[in-house]
This record gives sequence, C-alpha cells and structure tokens, in this order.
Amino acid sequence: MLSRVANCLYWMSRYIERAENIARLVDTNLQLLLDFRKLDEQRLAEHWLPVVQATGDEDEFFKLHPIATAEAVTEFMVFQMENSNSIMQSICQARENARMVRDQITGELWEELNRLYLFIRSQDARRLWDQSPSEFFEKIKASSLHIVGITFATLIHNEGWQFNQVGKFLERADKTSRILDVRHQTLPERGSPKSINQTEALEWSAILRSCSAWDAYKSIYGAEIHPKLVAEFLLLNEDLPRSVRFCVTELNTALRRISGVQEGRFVNEAEKLAGRLLAELQFGTVDEIFDRGLHNYLDELQLQLNSIGDALFESYFFLSFATFDEEVFVQQEEQQQQQARRLIGSPDRPRARPGPLKTA
Amino acid sequence: MLNGYRAENFFDEMVDAHDQVRPHYRRFQQLFSEIKPEDFDRYRQSVDLAFLRQGITFNVYGDAQGTEKIFPFDLVPRIIAHKEWERIEAGLVQRITALNLFLHDIYHEQKIVKDGVVPPFYVLSGKHFRREFSGFNVPKDIYIHICGTDLIRGSDGGWMVLEDNGRCPSGVSYVLENRRAMKRTFPGMFEEVGVRPVEHYAQELLKALQHIAPAGVADPTIVLLTPGAYNSAYFEHTYLARQMGIEIVEGRDLVVRDARVFMRTTKGLQPVHVIYRRIDDDFLDPTVFRRDSMLGVPGIVRAYRAGNVSLANSIGTGIADDKVMYAFVPKMIKYYLDQEPIIPNVPTYLANEESDKKYLLENLDPLVVKAANESGGYGMLIGPKSSKEEIEKFRGAIEADPRNYIAQPMISLSRHPTHVGNGQFEGRHIDLRPYIIYGEKITIVPGGLTRVALRKGSIVVNSSQGGGSKDTWVLYGDE
Repeated sequence: MLSRVANCLYWMSRYIERAENIARLVDTNLQLLLDFRKLDEQRLAEHWLPVVQATGDEDEFFKLHPIATAEAVTEFMVFQMENSNSIMQSICQARENARMVRDQITGELWEELNRLYLFIRSQDARRLWDQSPSEFFEKIKASSLHIVGITFATLIHNEGWQFNQVGKFLERADKTSRILDVRHQTLPERGSPKSINQTEALEWSAILRSCSAWDAYKSIYGAEIHPKLVAEFLLLNEDLPRSVRFCVTELNTALRRISGVQEGRFVNEAEKLAGRLLAELQFGTVDEIFDRGLHNYLDELQLQLNSIGDALFESYFFLSFATFDEEVFVQQEEQQQQQARRLIGSPDRPRARPGPLKTA
Repeated sequence: MLNGYRAENFFDEMVDAHDQVRPHYRRFQQLFSEIKPEDFDRYRQSVDLAFLRQGITFNVYGDAQGTEKIFPFDLVPRIIAHKEWERIEAGLVQRITALNLFLHDIYHEQKIVKDGVVPPFYVLSGKHFRREFSGFNVPKDIYIHICGTDLIRGSDGGWMVLEDNGRCPSGVSYVLENRRAMKRTFPGMFEEVGVRPVEHYAQELLKALQHIAPAGVADPTIVLLTPGAYNSAYFEHTYLARQMGIEIVEGRDLVVRDARVFMRTTKGLQPVHVIYRRIDDDFLDPTVFRRDSMLGVPGIVRAYRAGNVSLANSIGTGIADDKVMYAFVPKMIKYYLDQEPIIPNVPTYLANEESDKKYLLENLDPLVVKAANESGGYGMLIGPKSSKEEIEKFRGAIEADPRNYIAQPMISLSRHPTHVGNGQFEGRHIDLRPYIIYGEKITIVPGGLTRVALRKGSIVVNSSQGGGSKDTWVLYGDE
C-alpha cells in the first residue's frame, strides 16, 4: 500500500472520530447547563473554559475570543474554520483525505462522508443549529456512527483498513481522556475526593453521557456517581468501546496485523509504545492513578498516545517525504555516474539499491 | 414531452428540416413523450443530487472557496444510428493510424518533411515537439494510446473533425457516469431502444496499458499518475484507477533509482512498469523539462529512455495536437495510407502562410481564430460574437506571432433538443468526443462524450464556459 494512501486513510478516520467526539463534548455540556439555574457570567466561564482546555486549543481560542461565553465556545468548537480542530474543519479534513484516496474506499463510504460534508457547509446546518443544537449534534453523531458502520461493513479489511482502525482508536482514546479531564479542577491534585456534591455529580454523569457510557456505568456500579469509579470505567474497563483500554487494545491489534508481528514482540517504535501502554492499562489500578493525580495521569497518557502517532509516522509514512531538491540532486548524480562509466568504457553493472531515502 | 419541437433552420439531430423525427430517434421519442413533466422534474433533481453526493464534480480554478461544481447533465440522450457510427469509427481509426505514423516519422526519418508534405518549420517550431526524443523507439511503436478527437456536424449534417487531443484527453469518466445515471433513471428504455454498452472502457484501457509493458515483465505493475487532488479532473483520475484496479499515484509517491521507477509503500519501495500519466510532458520530470515542476518525478525520463518504464501517452505527442499540424492531417492520411480522409477537417487557414494570412486578417469578423496550443475554449476569438476591441486585440496577436494562430469559418454546430427548464425543450449546439484506445488493436467505445452549449445560441461547449453533457447512445440498428 502506498505510504501516502495509508496516511490518508489514517487521517480520514481520525478526523471523523474527532468531529464525533467534539459533538459529544459540546452537546453534553450544553445539556448540563439546563440543570443549573441562574448562572452569572463568571460561573458560565468556569463552566465553558475547561471544555476548551480539554481539547488543548486554549491558545487558539483566546486569539479569537476575549472570554469563554457559551456562544464563543460553541462557535469555536463547531463552526469556526480558524480552529483547526472544530467540527467543521474536522469534517472538511476527513473529506479531503477521503477524496485523495477515493479509489481505495467504497462508494457508500464516500457518499456518506460527502453527504456530511455538504450538510455542514450548507445553510441547513446553521438553521438546524439555531433551532435545536441537540438535534444538530445528533445528526453529526449519527452520521459519524454510520460512517464507522459502513467502514466496517463495506471496506475490505486489508492493510488500509488497519491504518483506518489505528487512526480511529488513537483519536478516540485521546478524546475520551480529554473528556474525562474536563472537571479535573474540582478534584484534589493528588488522591480522590471523599464525596461530591449534587452539582458535581451532575457534571460527572455528563462526562459519562459524552462517552455513551451512562447506562453501562449504572448497570455495573449502580446509581452512585464517584469520580474514581467514572475514571476507572472510562480508562480501564476492558469491554466499553470508548474506554482508553479498549481503544489501545484495538490499536495494538491493528498495528500487529499491519506488521504481522505477534503479541509480546515488536519491530518498530509504534508497536513497542502501544504494547507498553496496553500493559499499563491492563495491570494498572485506579488507586494508583489517583495517587498520582488524575490530571497528571491524563496529561501523561495524552503524551504517550501522541508518541504512538509520531512513531507510526516514522515507521510507515515518513519515507514519503524526502525533499524534492534532494531527489533532483540524486538523479543528476546518478546520471553523471552513468556517463562517467560510459566514458571509461566499463560495462554498466547494476549497483546495489540504496536503502530508504534520507529525509530532510 | 418533446412534442412540437422544431429544428428552426438549424441542422437538428432529432428532427429533419420538415420537423419530422428522424428514424433512429423514433422509438426513443415515443417512450420519452410518455413521461409526465412532473416525473421528468423529479428525475432531473435526483440525478443532479446523485452527482453532487458522489462528488462527480470538477474544481473551479481561481475560486478561493474551493467550490466544486457538477458538470451539468442533460437527460435527453444524443442518438447515433449504427451505420453512421460505423463510418465515424472507420474515420477515427484511419486518423489515429495516420497520426501515429506521423509521430513515428517526425521522431525518426522525417520523410514527410523531406518529401515536402509538411514544412519543416512547423514541426521544429512546434511548442510540443520534443527534439530530445528524436531517434527514440517508444514501446510497441505506439505514440498516442488514448486519444479524444472532437467531432462536430455542420449545417448540412456532415461530420467534421474539429481537433485531436493526443496528450491527456479528459472527460471519459462522464461518459461512464452519464450512462450509469441514465440507466438508473430510464431502466426500461435501453433494451427497448437497443443501445450499445460503454462499460468496457476501463477494461480496454487496462489491456492497452498491459500491452505496452517493458519487455520481459510478465505481470506489470501499472499506475495512474495524477497531478493531485486539486486538479480539475481529479475525480476522473480516481474513477479510472478504481475501475482498472490500479494504484493512483502522485509524483511524490514515485522515486527513481538506477533508472527504475518505484513507488513508496508501507512495505518499502516497489517497482512500477507502466504509467498512465495524466500530467503533461512539461511537468513530468523537473530534471529534463520544467525545473519548477513539483508534480513530476525526478529521473522518470531517464527510466523511460532506458526502457524500464512505459508511459501512456508517449512523450512528444503534443506536436500532433498543435492546431497548425491539424491542418495537415488530411495530407498525412494521403501520404502514409494513400487514402482520402473519411471524416474531413474543418477548412483551416494558417496565419503563417502569406496567402491565408491576408484573407484571415481581412475577414476576422466572420472567422473563428484559435491559438495553436490552447485548449478548453481559451485563446479563442469567435469573430461574429466579438466586439471591435477583441477583434483588434487578436489582430495584433496574430501579426506578432503568426505561427501560433489559425482561423476557421464559424460552423453552425448541429443542435439537439435539450431541457431548458420548466419542462421546455429547445435546440442547443453540441459536439462529440469519442475516446480511442490504441493498444494491440484500436478500440473505440461506441459513442463518447456529447457536450452541449447550454446557453442559448452559444457554440462553446467547454465545461469551463457554461457547457454541459449528454449521454450518447449508439444503436445496434438504424432505427
């Protein structure tokens, strides 16, 4: 498979997953506000600022908006093209990547993604947003899930599909960890709180709802909401399809299908890092996590996920991007050598092929 | 529907001078007239929507929003009877055979020049003549593997060749997608009317590409080289690659080592043997042609010269697209094949010939002037529809560079019933671009792309200038 194609498939699914998760995050926080009465500007900013911080785009946000009002944050996260991670941008990027590899994906997948793109760029999207944000988010989520389903059910499960999976689960793990981090300011820096008040309970249940995990949580832990249990569920649960452990398990499996290397071994940095992280999630406990402090732990986790992405790039995509001038130079050199050999009359012997290209 | 449609002093494809439906349109016209206007409207909308959803679009250059537009599609098909198509087919085969012999000749012995049939000046001054390739033998001696030849019919209904596109002709994906849309919309009609299929185009193209694989390569790796997702024909590139089951690559996906071409994959470098390139010569290799080209592959020409990779179309075919060279094609047919052209040219005046030049400059008003190496409807003056200033501007350009201008009388292109809104149909001017594949044998998929000038009275059919397209039906029979 062409490296560029693998790269596009990876980013296509990452961006779709990103759009869906941002929709989840904003939607839940909008709904949460309905449960509170009379919030002043100060309280609203306290509510919305962490949402922006969770996505890691705080600096970008304040370049565009003076304070974190509901309008500013939602606009920033949903429609603003200047935010490279807004829902709008994510969908455009996903579609652009899909367009580059249209020959590699099915018509059904392309059409659904294109439909989502045409919708978000249309006036209908604004209209729906003005009428009912929750219906708007419902539509984004439904379309994303539809795309995930089409991908699973129509795309050939070959190498490209594995790259697609890697992108999806890496993004989902990252976003789950960020959604979980939204209320970290109400937690002590280390250790876990003894009990939480009514408002906080609502906030933590909103986190679960963002990850479609509310019902599953209740059936396992009962009706009582506790940050520690929420974190355990979203980080360490083996079966919840949006938990970090679940995502890393799938990610690890996809990586091994790409290289053909069995469990317990690795041939590249991405596999090593993914395997190590998976072991930590399998054998770690939530008490250890809270001893270190949830926020610190999540920060570290996000860095680990990033380095898996970087390593993947190094192992599979990077050799695509030798500089152009360098290539021109190599060709001229080869040509001169060929001419020199002709001049001295020695026969053209095939030389050993050089290894992977140096990169800039 | 379509009742009461009139030819109005034009040559019309569907009705004759007495407004009688021609025999090969009769069955279609009967079926079509049974469609209710409200149903027709529904069909039209659903086809447009399907095109937009599938992304069957072209990019509009110079549009900051990156707008993609659908190529407007008209649901009234253009129909060609069996006998007529046979003649067109024979004419096209004759033409491409002669063009191929011409290209071989001017890159080798140059007999046609030495015998005084084509003046050497015109060949040597051709913008797309690649003298670097003199004496070079292209694989299987085929130069133009894919040709899109534009045909028109004048006021007497006679067919003429308007131009040859022997570099990277585009548009064939619309032939295939238009047919798909028509089959979905009017499923019953095809069998009833007896329409020949076009779906085997990709298969035929793949066969031709396999045919030119370098010697000794049993199972060649074939790729389609695209300038990238921002090219206006990108949809077509991905479409064809998918239909043929080959990789679509950009220049940066390929690398040349020891005069061999490889593609960069997740498993390392893999050899490539045949390249269906949709990039013009100029951009192919920055170490040979334009140095500023970032689309190409450094070293690819050396690999081509070494015979390690084959290109379709070959390098240097652009000289045959030169509109000055076009004027000599009838002579080439006579010279190489000793035959009369089956499909004639449009009468053409060369600004560089003293006698023609005088006539041309004195008669710019009724003529159509074209730059020798432009396409897409650019670099063109339609005398009767232009202002004094535009005409004077062209006069200056012609006098400054006569080698690069030709002129032709304005042809009143044949018209075809076309939907103009609200269930109304009017005549609009059309042309036809059949696609010729030259591999082990010459294959032409029946029909081609019928382009239609949607603006009333316009004779410019290019998509960039308000053109649309129609499905083209070649019948099994003559009525």
